[in-house]
Amino acid sequence: MINDNSDIILSVRNLHARVEGADILKGLDLEVRAGEVHAIMGLNGSGKSTFSKVLAGHPDYEVTAGEIHFKGQDLLELDPHDRATAGIFLAFQYPLEIPGVSNRDFLRVAFNAHRKARGEDEIDVFDFDDLIEEKLDVVKMDASFLDRSVNEGFSGGEKKRNEILQMALLEPALAILDETDSGLDIDALKTVAGGVNQLATPDNAVVLITHYQRMLDYIVPDYVHVMADGRIITTGGKDLAKELESRGYEWVLDAYRTGVTA
Amino acid sequence: MSASVQSLVSQPYKYGFTTNIEADVIPRGLSEDVVRMISAKKNEPEFMLEFRLRAYRKWLTMAEPVWPNVTYPPIDYQNIVYYSAPKTQAKKLGSLDEVDPTMLETFEKLGIPLSEQKRLANVAVDAIFDSVSIATTYKEKLAESGVIFCSISEALQEHPELVEKYLGTVIPIGDNYFAALNSAVFSDGSFVYIPKDTQCPMDLSTYFRINNGDSGQFERTLIVAEAGSSVTYLEGCTAPMYDSNQLHAAIVELVAMDDATINYSTVQNWYAGDENGKGGIYNFVTKRGLCAGKNSKISWTQVETGSAITWKYPSCVLVGDNSVGEFYSVALTNNHQQADTGTKMVHVGKNTRSTIISKGISAAKSKNSYRGLVKMGPKATGARNYSQCDSMLIGDTSSANTFPYIQVQNSTAQVEHEASTSKIGEDQLFYFAQRGISPEDAVSMIISGFCRDVFNKLPMEFAAEADKLLALKLENTVG
Repeated sequence: MINDNSDIILSVRNLHARVEGADILKGLDLEVRAGEVHAIMGLNGSGKSTFSKVLAGHPDYEVTAGEIHFKGQDLLELDPHDRATAGIFLAFQYPLEIPGVSNRDFLRVAFNAHRKARGEDEIDVFDFDDLIEEKLDVVKMDASFLDRSVNEGFSGGEKKRNEILQMALLEPALAILDETDSGLDIDALKTVAGGVNQLATPDNAVVLITHYQRMLDYIVPDYVHVMADGRIITTGGKDLAKELESRGYEWVLDAYRTGVTA
Repeated sequence: MSASVQSLVSQPYKYGFTTNIEADVIPRGLSEDVVRMISAKKNEPEFMLEFRLRAYRKWLTMAEPVWPNVTYPPIDYQNIVYYSAPKTQAKKLGSLDEVDPTMLETFEKLGIPLSEQKRLANVAVDAIFDSVSIATTYKEKLAESGVIFCSISEALQEHPELVEKYLGTVIPIGDNYFAALNSAVFSDGSFVYIPKDTQCPMDLSTYFRINNGDSGQFERTLIVAEAGSSVTYLEGCTAPMYDSNQLHAAIVELVAMDDATINYSTVQNWYAGDENGKGGIYNFVTKRGLCAGKNSKISWTQVETGSAITWKYPSCVLVGDNSVGEFYSVALTNNHQQADTGTKMVHVGKNTRSTIISKGISAAKSKNSYRGLVKMGPKATGARNYSQCDSMLIGDTSSANTFPYIQVQNSTAQVEHEASTSKIGEDQLFYFAQRGISPEDAVSMIISGFCRDVFNKLPMEFAAEADKLLALKLENTVG
């Protein structure tokens, strides 16, 4: 939902970043306000996932120029875990398995880390159990998931639902969903999208990174950006995604190349 | 990033202090005279001196094992002090009140209060300082149930017939190089005897402390559980920080008769040397349990975090039909530590069962090897073994190895072996961080999750200690 008077949550200016010696982001600009849903689309290798890792602060990615402000704060000064507690949430494309650590413990420690960062007391095991039972409904997960090791032996769909469960629990100001739709069958996609829609409020924002338009049938974006060559080359409304679906990317890239060389 | 993962598992050793105390020390070196001197100092019965001398002569004919996956400079056995006792302990003490207060303070500092008021509830402790036992708590209370718990020196005076009957029956004097050395020069250790049909009314514990920088520690523990009895035994160890290496070559022998159960747990935290690998204890230990009777059970649980070099294979010989052997191990190595540890499960009787769960964690430049033998003898029909060996690497410069040996001599035996190697990678830590969890907390959660199967087997008092120990290794160390 676009409201030009709402607060700016994320402001990215001229962002350049590299990984393993290769320049991937080359001058990316983006502004996200509270209440908005942004979709970032683009071909493989366009830098979409790199952008999500840079926002979250993955240590392998080096920012070489530009700035990122998150709710007015210089994001690049924060450690990854401080970015998380400040309100940045990344739903991983490939959520990691953590053998021996129960999902319940992982979620509780994460939740309490957020509370601690806000100067609130940690909540105990019993209060936490009540809270997490409520959140399970958002992604239609069974309570038995809580007692399994984090993502260990989970199916692809279960892992993605677990990511959205974490998002429901941590209530981030900015959620970045990195190819959350990949590998999901249509029922799982609906569940995940339904969860994300339930969590969207006028005070937070969502950035969806995706290859395909199909997710956007369920989570309707306010803006659709096309990434190529490490930057956003064009921006439109939700119809842009449909046009990309029917016409492919080539025409957008052609227009961009013409613009660049002109 | 690897450097910061590394810093998470390093912490200063907090038991590295030295106690200044006047000691009765014999000159360096080993000879038949030294063996006789040790025996004489302890006023031992004749059979004991003969045992020692046989062992010494055997040792002279043996060579140090070279097969372990560890390297260290040659040990000069003539440069070691084989007996060191606090002078104030020279006389046999009537009660704890006579123990040198410096000693009591030392153990209190280690978290092992011995005085009447502060003792650990429901755990009897034998405290061993260098070559001698300082004190044994709750002795009288245990005696009411017929349980004998004392130092092995005292047992040689009070119950020589029991010691003579069992000593060396599980680990013969010539078993291996270090066992022969121990049999020749062992100074003290604990002796436990649980009579028939008796459940030991409290957990028993021995705490070993090496203080003298030049002395080796050669302790000897013997536990006998008669038919239908059971006991839980805990062992802890620490040492001061010295630049030189100290040799610790211990022997533990367990004997379980029909339907008897012995649970033996160790939290080993000897000084491991500094971050450059200087100093630290050489921990060359032989531990073996004999399930002599039918339906008997011996369970070893170990948490190995200290020592420069660990060479240790707590084993079970399953002679009695339906007897059970278990080995649960966590071995954490850091810096330049080297561990070659595992177990032997020797199935002799029918329907014997054994379980091996080994978790190795290696960080920095350390080397962590699991070495295990499962042997199914020709008469061990219906015997079963399950082994699981998991290794976790932290950083890129440590190594983990698994050397399983399986020998099966009958067709009805079943042996299962599973192994895995994982790594605490940056991506795992990033996942935690992205959920707001700091790297210290993440590593601690990953490691305790990895070790959970073993920690669950520790007695409550030790589970807490082991958790604390690992947590301490991870504390305040983000660089």
